[in-house]
Amino acid sequence: MSVIESIESMQLRDDLPEFRPGDTVRVHFRVIEGQRQRVQVFEGTVIKRQGSTSRETFTVRKQSFGVGVERMFPVHSPKIERIERIMEGDVRRAKLYYLRGKVGKKARIREKQRTPQPSKA
Amino acid sequence: MPAIIGRKLGMTQIFAEDGARVTLTVVEAGPCPVTQVKTNETDGYEAVQLGFGDVRPKLLNKPKLGHLRKASAPPVRHLHEFSPNEVGEGLNVGDVVTVANFIPGEIVKVTGTSKGKGFAGTIKRHNFASGPKSHGSHNVRGPGSIGASAYPSHVFKGVRMAGHMGARQVTQRGLQVVGSDPERNLLLIKGPVPGARNGIVIVRPA
Repeated sequence: MSVIESIESMQLRDDLPEFRPGDTVRVHFRVIEGQRQRVQVFEGTVIKRQGSTSRETFTVRKQSFGVGVERMFPVHSPKIERIERIMEGDVRRAKLYYLRGKVGKKARIREKQRTPQPSKA
Repeated sequence: MPAIIGRKLGMTQIFAEDGARVTLTVVEAGPCPVTQVKTNETDGYEAVQLGFGDVRPKLLNKPKLGHLRKASAPPVRHLHEFSPNEVGEGLNVGDVVTVANFIPGEIVKVTGTSKGKGFAGTIKRHNFASGPKSHGSHNVRGPGSIGASAYPSHVFKGVRMAGHMGARQVTQRGLQVVGSDPERNLLLIKGPVPGARNGIVIVRPA
């Protein structure tokens, strides 16, 4: 392991759920406002994951009052309190940029239908 | 007041205590043996010479090996002189400078050899503006006028033109030490540092 990799591996978090592009997640993000600290919730579709190790980030897209809003989070940021995976999406690509041009019913993502697997509960 | 010679390993980022991402350069610095102390009496000026970089003795010539043997220092590839107020007083031949002398938050300047850009035009080298790319323009990346005509009838010295760019000594001042790891001889410096990976850098107090 190189020195850089070892520095990055110290930053990694292992308490976060697995999630991938297409999933709907709820990100609980700590925001510091002056002296006060509060938790902001951002819920939407993950449209990309980018980078590796401690530098990895993901982008969440949602519709807010009819306007598309995207927010990027570092996956291993200590500011993320927790991430809830609400829905597992059925998508065929890693970067869902095509959602940007779509609104309403066309911007939906199908939920992944899982056949029950006894080995993996 | 520490100064040290090191090798740039690369860049990464860490999360600060408040969760902000801090971009940093990892430098493998030291341990640097003091190989010579120059004094006014013997050399006409004051300096402390440090060595850095393990090397097989076979790769050094005999004058250099003899110089290092005089200081009973291990074979090192690089030698660099520092003024006494950069490395601190009281260093003697046989002492070893390590990253343990660097305190997080300290401001330093880092000297290195910048990445070579080869023969570069005026746009890249001197930030000249480029001409129009369309509408029949033939002046896309040219330098434009380089001076007047009949008077002075020559081009003034020092007019900025295309030429070799980069691969020269660059000092970046005002960089902050984020941390150090004396066990692995690592120095973490906030922001970028001149030069490519594996380049030799000199860290001095700002």
